[in-house]
Amino acid sequence: MAEAASLKVSVWRGGADGGFARYEVPARANQTVLDVVTHIQREIDPSLAYRFACRVGMCGSCAMTVNGRARWTCRTHVRKVVDADGALELRPLANLPVIRDLAADLAPFFDKWQRAKGSFQPKDAPDGAVPEEFAVVPPGSKARREADAGIECIGCAVCYASCDVVAWNPDYLGPAAMNRAWTLVNDVRDGARAERLEAVAGDAGCHSCHSTQSCTERCPKNLDPSSAIAGLKRTLFWDTLLGRR
Amino acid sequence: MSDTSQARRARGQTHLWVVQRVTAMLLAVAVTVHLVTIIGAVRGGLSAGEILGRLQGHEGWLIFYVVFALAAGLHGAIGLRAIAAETIGLRGRAADITWLAAGLATAAFGIRAAIGLYA
Amino acid sequence: MDMRPRSHPTWIAFLVHRVSGLLLALFLPLHFWALGTAIQGEARLEGFIRWADNPLVKAAETILVVLLAAHLAGGLRVMALEFLGWRRRQKDMVAASAGLALLAGLLFLLNVV
Ligand code: HEM
Ligand code: HEM
Ligand code: SF4
Ligand code: SF4
Ligand code: FES
Repeated sequence: MAEAASLKVSVWRGGADGGFARYEVPARANQTVLDVVTHIQREIDPSLAYRFACRVGMCGSCAMTVNGRARWTCRTHVRKVVDADGALELRPLANLPVIRDLAADLAPFFDKWQRAKGSFQPKDAPDGAVPEEFAVVPPGSKARREADAGIECIGCAVCYASCDVVAWNPDYLGPAAMNRAWTLVNDVRDGARAERLEAVAGDAGCHSCHSTQSCTERCPKNLDPSSAIAGLKRTLFWDTLLGRR
Repeated sequence: MSDTSQARRARGQTHLWVVQRVTAMLLAVAVTVHLVTIIGAVRGGLSAGEILGRLQGHEGWLIFYVVFALAAGLHGAIGLRAIAAETIGLRGRAADITWLAAGLATAAFGIRAAIGLYA
Repeated sequence: MDMRPRSHPTWIAFLVHRVSGLLLALFLPLHFWALGTAIQGEARLEGFIRWADNPLVKAAETILVVLLAAHLAGGLRVMALEFLGWRRRQKDMVAASAGLALLAGLLFLLNVV
């Protein structure tokens, strides 16, 4: 592909009522979107606010809206998202309050993990103490495979920013929190199954998901929160019909 | 809002979802039958005599249409409830009861028509 | 609305499902009213059906048949994910739903005219 010698980058500046500022950044081979942002901050305007830590796709702190889609910027190559004209549009993640420039406030996102009871509650050791015996969990068992499917989440909120239902219902827990809940529902060592299912039921939970699969489509770790939510719906459906809750 | 009233509302919302999916499963069968009948019936032109000839005095068709109307009325109203909540922010208990009533009224209207075709 | 993040097949399927569901739900009372004219005798129902011979009404009916088939197939796809956990072939199922809806419409049209 023919590549432009420089990138024309529009970057969101300010808070929710801010606007775009335009920068020219030299195009380089193997350049990531995060490299572009770093170039702007180091060489053009040191007041630019953004967030990153690991730069290798592990910490989940660098996500932004790149040409309209939420992405992890440290692992997104510019050539993958830019046309021959070299135009790049960067905004903070959607569906979250804007702190400043490219930094969104992730507090509501993590609050919802709490609401969805996203922390492990050991069955045999109520106060979080180390159990006497190791639990035996066959890695090939169905429950463990379901749990493993969602375990690699890095908490980047790309899915959350891509979900329409989050935008339509501010109380909606969102894909990542429920993906986490489904992982724990399938963890045989966990003792909070009933409370957790209670927490993800109803309009603020799994029953508002419309299976648009935007979360699954965008998750940089190739997780499938949409299917995890379907699992919660399925479990609650049978528990409700058979009077198990 | 207290924790328990929140839990009670979540339970009611879960029940609405269960009703919507159960009616969807019924509708999947009913609509398939309906589509096949429609496409068969319109061949060579539709007439009142033809429709009544098929339905009048047939308990089987009456039961089919009564179940169909009930499922469609409830399923449609619960679906509209979600659309209204997510587009114009219409939520809450009063709205839920109104939607259920609208669904049952639509179903009753359909059952009335089905009885009309049967009698 | 920014359509750039909303172009994947399952999102379009959601939109089609929502629009078809909405229109079907609005059609339902009309349909029941029309069928209810039979209560006043066969002649009233026949009168309505003859009015419906109008090509514009036939076109609307064809659209409704397509919407009904699309909503049926799309609903089955959603429930295959929800109840059976069929996650892998979702995009193929979207394509199959579209095919089924168009087929139903075509059959209806061929039989009407
Ligand atoms: C009480 C339930 C229902 C009854 C008694 C009923 C009856 C009928 C009848 C008699 C026809 C004429 C074709 C034929 O002879 O089969 C028809 C057509 C049709 N029905 Fe229904 N139906 C019912 C429910 C529904 C529902 C729930 C839908 C979907 C929303 C629907 C959609 C259609 C469509 C699209 C047509 C073809 C267009 C037309 O002729 O108006 N029906 N129905
Ligand atoms: C043919 C059998 C049918 C099946 C299998 C079916 C299935 C479904 C399913 C699974 C949903 C939930 C989708 C979601 O949560 O996003 C839904 C929504 C809906 N359905 Fe149906 N349905 C059927 C027939 C009908 C009929 C006859 C009507 C009209 C009365 C209707 C009206 C609606 C509406 C208004 C919605 C809400 C759409 C939304 O929330 O986006 N459905 N349907
Ligand atoms: S599948 Fe559900 S959770 Fe995922 S983006 Fe769509 S509505 Fe949101
Ligand atoms: S599920 Fe995927 S997109 Fe969502 S927070 Fe976890 S890693 Fe990020
Ligand atoms: S900087 Fe850690 S994931 Fe991108």
